[in-house]
Amino acid sequence: MSEHNYQPKSKFGKWFNDRLPLLTLANHLTDYPTPKNLNYWWTFGGILTFCLITQIITGLVLAMHYIAHADLAFSSVEHIMRDVNYGWLIRYIHANGASMFFLAVYIHIFRSLFYGSYKSPREIIWILGIMIYLLMMAAAFMGYVLPWGQMSFWGATVITNLFSAIPLVGESITTWLWGGYSVDNPTLTRFFTLHYLIPFLILGLVVLHIWALHVPGNNNPIGIDIRKPSKDTVSFHPYIVVKDLFALLLFLILFAFFVFYSPNVLGHADNYIEANPLVTPAHIVPEWYLLPFYAILRSIPDKLMGVIAMLSAILILAALPWLDTSKIRSAVFRPLYKQFYWILVLDVLVLGYVGAMPAEGLYLLIARIGTAYYFAHFLIILPILGKVEKTLPLPLSISEPILGGSLNAEPARSDPNTQKL
Amino acid sequence: MSDQKKVNRRDFIYTASTVVGVVGVGAAAWPLIDQMNPDASVKALATTEVDVSLVKPGQSITVLWRGKPVFIKRRTDNEITEAKAVSLTELKHPEKDEDRASNPEWLVMLGVCTHLGCVPLADKGDYNGWFCPCHGSHYDTSGRIRKGPAPTNLEIPKYEFVNSNTIKIG
Repeated sequence: MSEHNYQPKSKFGKWFNDRLPLLTLANHLTDYPTPKNLNYWWTFGGILTFCLITQIITGLVLAMHYIAHADLAFSSVEHIMRDVNYGWLIRYIHANGASMFFLAVYIHIFRSLFYGSYKSPREIIWILGIMIYLLMMAAAFMGYVLPWGQMSFWGATVITNLFSAIPLVGESITTWLWGGYSVDNPTLTRFFTLHYLIPFLILGLVVLHIWALHVPGNNNPIGIDIRKPSKDTVSFHPYIVVKDLFALLLFLILFAFFVFYSPNVLGHADNYIEANPLVTPAHIVPEWYLLPFYAILRSIPDKLMGVIAMLSAILILAALPWLDTSKIRSAVFRPLYKQFYWILVLDVLVLGYVGAMPAEGLYLLIARIGTAYYFAHFLIILPILGKVEKTLPLPLSISEPILGGSLNAEPARSDPNTQKL
Repeated sequence: MSDQKKVNRRDFIYTASTVVGVVGVGAAAWPLIDQMNPDASVKALATTEVDVSLVKPGQSITVLWRGKPVFIKRRTDNEITEAKAVSLTELKHPEKDEDRASNPEWLVMLGVCTHLGCVPLADKGDYNGWFCPCHGSHYDTSGRIRKGPAPTNLEIPKYEFVNSNTIKIG
C-alpha cells in the first residue's frame, strides 16, 4: 500500500514521524481508497462515531453533578434538570442520544445484512461490531438505572433476575451482582462505575473495528471485490468525509427534534416517580431498542429457556458469516434473499411492537410466531438459500455498468483528461 | 532419540512457575470479586420484627425485609379452605398448604415473583391470590404458582411468632 511510503514534507515532520508514525496514520486515513459507489446507508459509521463521542462528553458533564446514592440519585437528577446551567439540555442530549445511538446502530447492522458486509473477509469486523452492540446494551441498561426512578429500579430488578435462571449458581450470582438481597444502593454505585467504564471499552473496540475494516477495505453496494486504489475508488478525504458530514447534518435534525420538541417521548412517565421497592409499576417495559429481545424472552413460557432464547437471539448474529452459505454478498444480486431480508426487518419490527404490549392473548401468539421466524431465518432459511438460490450475474467492476462493460476503460486512468467522467 | 519425550528440569520449572502464577493471580483476583458480595452492613439487617396485632382477617400488610417486600396475610376461612382443597397434582411446584403456613391463619411469604422479581398484586388473578403484572404469573391463596412463567411458589422466609402479636422475620 502506497501510504506506507509516506514521507512528511517538513524536516520536523520527518523527524517526528520516524519516531512515532502518526503522520503516516493520518495520511493512511485521508488517502484511504473507498469504493466510489457507497450510498447513504454507509454514512452511519461516521454517525455512530459522533454518537459515541457525544455520549462520552455529555456523560462526563452529567457525572460532575450526579450523585450515585439510592437516597440522593433521584433528586440529583432533578437538580441537574432544574438548577444546573444547561443541565436540562445536557441530560436530554444524553438520554435521547442513547436512542439515537441505537437507531443508528440498527440501520448500520441492517445495512450490513442487506449488502452482506459480514461475509468473508470481513467476519472479524462483524464480530467486533456484535461485541460493541452487546456493550452498548449493557451501558444503556445501566445508564437507565441511574436516575433511580420506578422503571430504573424495576428494570434493574427484572434484568438482574435473568441471571437467577442459571441452574445451581443463579441465586448466588444475582446476590453478587446486587451486593445485597435486592437491588439497592450497592447495586446503584456499581452500575454507575460500570456505566462510566463501558463507553471507553466501546471506544477501544471501535478502534479495532475500524482497523479490521481498513485491512480488506469497505464492502460496497454491489458487494464485489475491487482493486484499490483504482478507477473504482475515491479517497476517503474529501469525498467520503463530506458525504458523511452531510448525512450527519440530516441525522442531527432528527436528533434535535427529539431533544427540543419531545425529549420524553421515548422514555416512560413512571421513571419520574422515585424508586419504591414495595410497588411494581403495572406495566414494565424496557426502552424501545430492547423490545424485540424482550418479546422473545416473554414468548417462551419457561424461565431458563426464555433467557436462553433471548441471549441466543443476539449471539446467533455472531455466527451469521457461517450460517449464510451464499458466496454472493449484496442482496442486489440475490432476488430471493432480498425478499427474506425484508421479511426479517418486518419480523423484528413486529417483535418490537408486541414487546411493548402486554404478554397475553393475541400478542403472545404473535410474539411466538415472530420468535420462531427470527430463529428460522438464521438457522434454516439462510443456510438453505445459499445453496438453492439462483443469483444474478455480477458486474466485473463498479465502473462496468456505467461504461457499458468495457474493461478497456481501466488504462485511461493514466490520462488526466479522461479521469473525470 | 526415543519416542518418549524426556521431561527435563526446564520443563518442570516452566510448568511449576505457570501454576504458581495462575494460583497467585487467582488469589489476587478473589478480593476484587468478593467485594461485590453483600457487605457486613447489609448482612446486619438480616432480621425484622413486625407487630401484626392490627391486621384483621382478610387483610394483609407488606413489610420490608432485606430490601424485599414480605407479605403478611391474615387469611379468611374461605381462603384457607380453598388453599387446602387444591390437589397436589394440579400444582406446578407441589407444596401442601400446611407446609407453607404452619399457622393456617397467617401466610408469611416474600412478595417477590419467582420469575423475574416483580412485586405481585394482592387479590388479583385467576386463583384469588396474587397476580404478577410484569409477565402474568398467577398465584393461589397459598402463594403457589398456578399459571404463567414463574418456576416456583412464592418463597416462604424463615420466621417465627415471638408472641401472639409479633412476627420475627429472618
